[in-house]
Amino acid sequence: MKLNFSIYRYNPDVDNAPRMQDYALEVEEGQDMMVLDALIALKEQDPTLSFRRSCREGVCGSDGVNMNGKNGLACITPLSALGKGKIVVRPLPGLPVVRDLVVDMSQFYTQYEKIKPFLINDDKHPPAREHLQSPEERAKLDGLYECILCACCSTSCPSFWWNPDKFVGPAGLLHAYRFLIDSRDTATDARLNDLDDAFSVFRCHGIMNCVSVCPKGLNPTKAIGQIKSMLLQRAV
Amino acid sequence: MVTEQASLKRNGVQDFVTLRATALIITLFSFYMAYFFIATPVITYDVWVSLFSGIFMKVFTFITLVAIMYHVKIGLWQVLTDYVKAPGLRATIQYVLNIIAFVYVVVGLFVLWGVK
Repeated sequence: MKLNFSIYRYNPDVDNAPRMQDYALEVEEGQDMMVLDALIALKEQDPTLSFRRSCREGVCGSDGVNMNGKNGLACITPLSALGKGKIVVRPLPGLPVVRDLVVDMSQFYTQYEKIKPFLINDDKHPPAREHLQSPEERAKLDGLYECILCACCSTSCPSFWWNPDKFVGPAGLLHAYRFLIDSRDTATDARLNDLDDAFSVFRCHGIMNCVSVCPKGLNPTKAIGQIKSMLLQRAV
Repeated sequence: MVTEQASLKRNGVQDFVTLRATALIITLFSFYMAYFFIATPVITYDVWVSLFSGIFMKVFTFITLVAIMYHVKIGLWQVLTDYVKAPGLRATIQYVLNIIAFVYVVVGLFVLWGVK
């Protein structure tokens, strides 16, 4: 069985403009494989093809790409899920391309850095061993801490495309909420102050692209809604 | 890129609340008008004039026009900051659109109060 691919190619050192290159891959009839495995096989045909990968099991978030128009992790997306036609693979949209499927994620990480993704606790009398949480307090972090920062969500968000320097983006905001509701964190007000402008949070219009592409099944839109509620409650 | 002067000074919470509050008024007006069109078998000029001759409808329509003005002002600012990156051009377009939105309110006011 022959599988056809069309893959985005661009090497800024050599190419004047990006182009789509066709590839074909022979696989056994009925055999399925992940997109990453197919890319690795294609790289054996053409060693100049570039993409990121690491854990190859959906944990590291390195191989986020756009497959047939939808962002996802190549390592956990089976070819069978992409239909029978030609498979189009492009880099994550909105970010500058370093080469082929490799994007420059500086803007994404800058926004992540802005939300101070670490516990802040200015308690004058810290516990001798650790900050304990009740099971209920811990449960609030479920659906938030699992984010692996693959950038599939932020790069599927038009608000992030248009204002990547001001809108924190779904991934950053999911993490922001994770620290806002952490019972051990004491910087809630300072964190909300940092988010209280017209862009950082409120540029989200709730179109839920982030939810539809998240490879971990998380719901950034819900977290953003919770942050908006916290900002609203603080203002009234 | 959108400069801080043109963006971050806006209050996100205030815009968020204003958009929803005005949307509620616009929705109520839309439903009211939809009900009017459905419930009125024949709409003649006299029926139309009598609808807007009452003080309730005049005030309701005027409030809706003001709500549309604020809704448009915030909504178009969001659209313009997304798509128009040149600050001068964006400020000019915004200025013109804000004036148009205001003109709609003023004209609407004259039309409404002209109905006897």
